[in-house]
Amino acid sequence: MNLLNLTAAELAAAIKDGKATAVEAVRASLERIEEKEELYHCYVTIDKKGALLQAEAVQSRIEKGELTGPLAGVPAALKDNLCTEGMPTTCSSRILGNFVPAYSAEAVLNLKKAGAVILGKTNMDEFAMGSTTETSAFGETRNPWNPAHVPGGSSGGSAAAVAAGECFYALGSDTGGSIRQPASFCGIVGMKPTYGTVSRYGLIAYGSSLDQIGPLAKDVTDCAAVLESITSHDVKDSTSMERSDTDFMAALVEDVKGMRIGIPKDYFGEGLDREVSDAVMRAAGLLEEKGAVVETFDLSLVDYAIPAYYTIAAAEASSNLERFDGIKYGYRTAEYEGLHSLYKRTRSEGFGEEVKRRIMLGSFVLSSGYYDAYYLKALKVKTLIKKAFDEAFSRYDVILGPTAPSTAPKLGESLTDPLKMYLGDIYTIAVNLAGLPGISIPCGLDKAGLPIGLQLIGDCFQEKKLLRTAYTYEKARGTFPAADAGSMTCDGKEGM
Amino acid sequence: MANIIDDETIEYVGILAKLELSGEERERAKKDMGRMLDYIDKLSELDTEGVEPMTHVFPVQNVFREDIVTNSDTREQLLSNAPEQKDGMFVVPKTV
Amino acid sequence: MAKEYETVIGLEVHVELATKTKIFCGCPTAFGGAPNTHTCPVCTGMPGSLPVLNKQVLEYAISVGIATNCEITRYGRFDRKNYFYPDNPQNYQISQLYMPICRNGGVEIETKDGGKKIIGIHEIHMEEDAGKLLHDEWENCSLVDYNRSGVPLIEIVSEPDMRSAEEVIAYLEKLRLIIQYLGVSDCKLQEGSMRADINLSVRETGADTLGTRTEMKNLNSFKAIMRAIEGERERQTDLLEEGKEVVQETRRWDDVKGASYAMRSKEDAQDYRYFPDPDLAPIVVSDEMLEELRRRQPEFRTAKMARYKEEYGIPDYDIEIITGTKRMADLFEETTELCGQPKKVSNWLMGETLRLMKEKEVDAENLRFSPEHLAGLIRLVDSKAINGPVAKEVFEVMFEQDIEPERYVEEKGLKTVHDEGALSKAVEEVIAGNPQSVADYLGGKEKALGFLVGQTMKAMKGKAEPGMVNQMLREKLAEQAGK
Repeated sequence: MNLLNLTAAELAAAIKDGKATAVEAVRASLERIEEKEELYHCYVTIDKKGALLQAEAVQSRIEKGELTGPLAGVPAALKDNLCTEGMPTTCSSRILGNFVPAYSAEAVLNLKKAGAVILGKTNMDEFAMGSTTETSAFGETRNPWNPAHVPGGSSGGSAAAVAAGECFYALGSDTGGSIRQPASFCGIVGMKPTYGTVSRYGLIAYGSSLDQIGPLAKDVTDCAAVLESITSHDVKDSTSMERSDTDFMAALVEDVKGMRIGIPKDYFGEGLDREVSDAVMRAAGLLEEKGAVVETFDLSLVDYAIPAYYTIAAAEASSNLERFDGIKYGYRTAEYEGLHSLYKRTRSEGFGEEVKRRIMLGSFVLSSGYYDAYYLKALKVKTLIKKAFDEAFSRYDVILGPTAPSTAPKLGESLTDPLKMYLGDIYTIAVNLAGLPGISIPCGLDKAGLPIGLQLIGDCFQEKKLLRTAYTYEKARGTFPAADAGSMTCDGKEGM
Repeated sequence: MANIIDDETIEYVGILAKLELSGEERERAKKDMGRMLDYIDKLSELDTEGVEPMTHVFPVQNVFREDIVTNSDTREQLLSNAPEQKDGMFVVPKTV
Repeated sequence: MAKEYETVIGLEVHVELATKTKIFCGCPTAFGGAPNTHTCPVCTGMPGSLPVLNKQVLEYAISVGIATNCEITRYGRFDRKNYFYPDNPQNYQISQLYMPICRNGGVEIETKDGGKKIIGIHEIHMEEDAGKLLHDEWENCSLVDYNRSGVPLIEIVSEPDMRSAEEVIAYLEKLRLIIQYLGVSDCKLQEGSMRADINLSVRETGADTLGTRTEMKNLNSFKAIMRAIEGERERQTDLLEEGKEVVQETRRWDDVKGASYAMRSKEDAQDYRYFPDPDLAPIVVSDEMLEELRRRQPEFRTAKMARYKEEYGIPDYDIEIITGTKRMADLFEETTELCGQPKKVSNWLMGETLRLMKEKEVDAENLRFSPEHLAGLIRLVDSKAINGPVAKEVFEVMFEQDIEPERYVEEKGLKTVHDEGALSKAVEEVIAGNPQSVADYLGGKEKALGFLVGQTMKAMKGKAEPGMVNQMLREKLAEQAGK
């Protein structure tokens, strides 16, 4: 049995049944990392020794019957903006290059409780600002489907690691599409839960009102299992919600009969790649065949989501990133004269270009004389966008569309024109503004063999509807091919 | 483009954000910020008269903790990442 | 003819709240810990940490708002105030700008001429305190201690309603009294639990627009406040007289030099980029919560004064002094409760306590002796276990160290000697040893008795009961006369 071919849930079941051990699983993952990491560069930190030790401890707890969950003993990876006690947490930034937290993010603690074995920390766009993982201070990550292409971002390292078999699942964070878009580019499942579902304690903030942690997984079942284990009401996070319907695995039911699915016409306008459009519409067709009621509608305001998002996210980021000043932790410039010179040099040398760009924009839109025109205006537009979704969800259970306008671009193509890169987030961003759950599922390959993502958006707290729809679609679609199938079997149907 | 970001503005934003840009970086930043603001100006097309700004997306309110001491001394951990420390404190350039 | 000027003053008063823990984390607010030992990831701005509001802070802030006649904001939020400084670990301070918890209140003060005046309160908001910077002269660097970072503050912003230093002091004293009565803070200026920033401008008397104001910081005593107001009034008046303009700026008062300095630098843009803090949930004050806090308001001074008169019948002047500070009023009520003798308690407070406070320069807030011990002392005197002079001596020790009087008296052997035989012997010895005084007394010089009493007390090492000494001396001297 090649363990790497198993999903997280299958592996956990095999371990539970004694057909494999957590230690064997970690060894398999580490071997795969050994073999592929040089090419893909998914990780910033790999904790071989720690992973083996964790695996041994977890295995013995499984054998004692103390750990019985659907992820017990499965090796996982964490985006490097999730604090991990005793393990470097860098946000792929020079300014946090040497930072080792004394605490772990609540979501990480929850995963550990579920018996996860942490392999290491994955590469990302610096402070989650970017859509390609190219803004990392530690080098870019490559797409396992084609190393000449980006894996997407900002959770690109997590997505690529799952796609390349360098872990069984990973956590990412999504502020404007940072889980769903790389999942789409890497042919895996990625989900952003409703705002407040997963505690943000220990997630190094980018845009606090938009950030959510979520799973990147091989399939919808793994996605539901991971989401279920990381969800909790956390008294340390004032925006954390107390929810009762978090038995997400119970939603893995193959049934969409009568499910009302709305397709926003606005998502199929100018800028959408034809092949993406076709694949998404074919997916909609499959769901219709399964009994869903599918129709198109006008969502409106789609074009205003990006400017509103960049105003709000940049403003929050400019404040959230003020704490990186070379005094308490992280990088400090070598030469300075006085306090303000220490601040300016440390930050100018410690942050990369995209981060500086957003910090400056954010400082500007909040500055005296501009607050009302920019920031307050954006918050009002956010109200309107939320209202548009509320109206849509009064008619539909699920909104269906593409995750991204195109498949993964080539390395080096995106950063030359930031504004164009921002436009790539057009279908994912509004979901964060409205706090909604969204999931991306692979729905096809383009002619170049790169994966296409289908996005399903639910009303707040309706993760179960999303998972049920995604699961039903996944079953109807059949097995999806794997990236870099070098040592993995590939029994998927081509060109669905 | 409508928004022209001049040297003075970039300098001012640099003071606010504590960033110091080199000549080339500064020129690019001026251009990028101008373009972004042009793009953000699109929001002014929307009539938001009477619309409440949404700071929090869900009506979660009154999240409190009780006034009970829960934390103990963790100074060693706190200082473990400090670039420079002395006598249990962080060292900074003279502030007076 | 020289122009006449009017000084217009508004105050920003910061008050440290007496909560057990910080405003957004479970770290203790207690003083005295070694640097950075009362800290956690939240109050030191560690990445990924998040704030959660201490409910007590909200309740205290609303209580002050109710007591100062403010409107309570029913839907409130926190905002971030962004500025870089090392005592501010996140480089933003969580405060309230857009929706402060209390607004549009006011308190009444008495003016110099005995009239009343309302000083308006523009708003009261909650915020977090900064850490402390220590300056290391040796190494030419500064050191940061975050023990105070995140200690809860309220900032009480007045309207520019004050016209003199006297009014400012009266307003501050009034605020302090209200807040102390609420038990929300001890309001010690010297220790920084109450801090006042002064906004001051000068205009020609009768002008209907305000002049340009300056803000003065670093004032930690009423004296410093008086001096700073006078200094700034003069400085601004001189500028206007010379036809120069007052610059709107923040100035730091140096009380030693008796002058203020502009605190300005190119790097301080004073553009705080306030925006709603997304990490904290909005605050909704319900009718029930407001009602409960109204119900919990304590008895304030005016009501207390009336009650003391009615219930205890102590003199008006005593009432005035005792209710003048929360600490005195508490000591009075608690001691009276324990010993049931309001007049005697009042006498101890008005007499020995005030005397020692003045002599040792101790404020009421810093009084150390407990009601239990004062009640114990009163009981010792009542039961004639000790005499008056001894009681005063014991009280002085209590004042310094809050000793337990019964035990102290026992240990030091200060109990009055009620042994008539011993006293009789002493009296006889004194009579025998001081024939001149005896003769004087018998010759009609009443004064001479005092000397003999003193000598007897001395012989008894102060532990006799003076009444008894007097009586016995008179008796024995009468016997002597009869011989």
